[in-house]
Amino acid sequence: MTAPMVKSEQVHKSFGHLQVLNGIELEVATGEVFCLVGPSGSGKSTFLRCINHLERIDAGRLSVDGELIGYREHGGKLYELHEREVARKRREIGMVFQTFNLFPHMTALANIMEAPIRVKRESAAVVRERADRLLDRVGLTHKADVYPNQLSGGQQQRVAIARALAMEPKLMLFDEPTSALDPELVGEVLDVMRQLADDGMTMIVVTHEMGFAREVGDNLVFMDGGVVIESGHPRDVLANPQHERTKSFLSKVLM
Amino acid sequence: MSPIKAVPLRHPGRWLTVAAILVLAAMFANALVSNTLFQWDVVGQYFTAETILKGVAQTLYLTLVAMAVGIVLGGILAVMRLSPSPVLSTVSWVYIWFFRGTPVLVQLIFWFNLAALFPELSIGVPFGPTFFSVETNAAITPFVAAILGLGLNEAAYMAEISRAGIQSVNDGQVEAAHALGMRRLLTMRRIVLPQAMRMIIPPAGNETIGMLKTTSLVSIVTLPELLYSAQSIYSRTFQTIPLLIVASLWYLILTSVLTVGQYYIERHFAKGNARTMPPTAWQRLRRNFFTFHSPRPEAPAPSVTSSSGGIR
Repeated sequence: MTAPMVKSEQVHKSFGHLQVLNGIELEVATGEVFCLVGPSGSGKSTFLRCINHLERIDAGRLSVDGELIGYREHGGKLYELHEREVARKRREIGMVFQTFNLFPHMTALANIMEAPIRVKRESAAVVRERADRLLDRVGLTHKADVYPNQLSGGQQQRVAIARALAMEPKLMLFDEPTSALDPELVGEVLDVMRQLADDGMTMIVVTHEMGFAREVGDNLVFMDGGVVIESGHPRDVLANPQHERTKSFLSKVLM
Repeated sequence: MSPIKAVPLRHPGRWLTVAAILVLAAMFANALVSNTLFQWDVVGQYFTAETILKGVAQTLYLTLVAMAVGIVLGGILAVMRLSPSPVLSTVSWVYIWFFRGTPVLVQLIFWFNLAALFPELSIGVPFGPTFFSVETNAAITPFVAAILGLGLNEAAYMAEISRAGIQSVNDGQVEAAHALGMRRLLTMRRIVLPQAMRMIIPPAGNETIGMLKTTSLVSIVTLPELLYSAQSIYSRTFQTIPLLIVASLWYLILTSVLTVGQYYIERHFAKGNARTMPPTAWQRLRRNFFTFHSPRPEAPAPSVTSSSGGIR
């Protein structure tokens, strides 16, 4: 068996007195679609943000592709990483936000090309070609020169996915990517994600779309109160939850 | 469906107000013309006098250089103030506290008299040998004193304006940039500042216009800017009022030009943020003139859409 893409051991995180993560234990294998579900406040988004160090963890070990996140271990001691090293690590991890967070002063194309050119210092021609390919992949070639405020929510989220993919990450994090969308726009974003999963991308998806989880997910974790309550193949967990809290949560969400 | 054809709402109050204003304006114009003490011939004579034009050029130059110093230094101070480093943030806080807390006139006089405090300025190892030294009176000319006084003071205000602009940008923008592997300064330069500009430009325009007038304080350190030039003439000819009118007219002309410039800069930074651009000065003027009675529904205010591509 190959090394896991993400490994979390006893990850703790609190905001002031509020303990949000209470010892998260999980492993995400390379190439798998890993779904995180749970009630709001269960810590799933916070955990996702810890994976690319947007939040720092208080205790435990969190590693991506065999390297610790935010720290270096040397002689049994942890050393905080420099901002430069944190940024370097983040290049390999794409993230898609609930509220898209496209750069409003740049066109869709410029949004996609910004980081590869400025961060990876790739040539504009190479990046342009990749950006065109990505826009085609998310079905928005005709919107290349349009500013985000002229796009629908679904279109914005597809551009945001293309923007993250332009950095050629080995891991993609999705933080409730369809929660801010009108219901009729959810499908187009899920289609893009499904296609990405088929291409073998390792994906961690925080979602309330149980249909997507069941169809596309390889693994599903139910979180509550900052801990993993139960995990397994989505079909098994969704159809036959073992835990009382999982049952009560699933009975409340539409499937 | 046929478009609505309604009688436009009447505004009798507006007509009454206009009538009252016209009467007052006529009275004022009459006073301007009939009161010979205004000495309009003297105003005309000195309006384009060489001394005055040189003063105008000096005033413009001072404004531009002092604002350049203020904007650049203010931007740096704002970024320092918001930096996670407590050292940088404290340094910036102390700077703003000091320069905003003392009157700019006092600062000007202080810089002008720096020689009284430090007769010699030198560069070298602290408490060690000196490499280079210059007499303060030679280094701090009235122009240098003016730029130091006006620019360093302005930086404190621009720092606060820039900070407000930077903080108005959504945190999600910074997170998205960081998630793409962008570092703090790159994020600031490419993502945050261009968006903050929309908030920064209007007050910065205000500051520039303020600065144009504040440069008149510099007349006390004998720098021949516009006011000093006017004073130098009337102290000789005793035609005080007409020369002050000359100076005022020039200040008005310069601030008007700056106001127009500001509109165009605002339009530039509105890109991608608004469906419609703010109107240009000309469009504004036209709209104000030609919509005296309420605008018809099918004739909206003139506006330019920000880009190709339709509405969603």
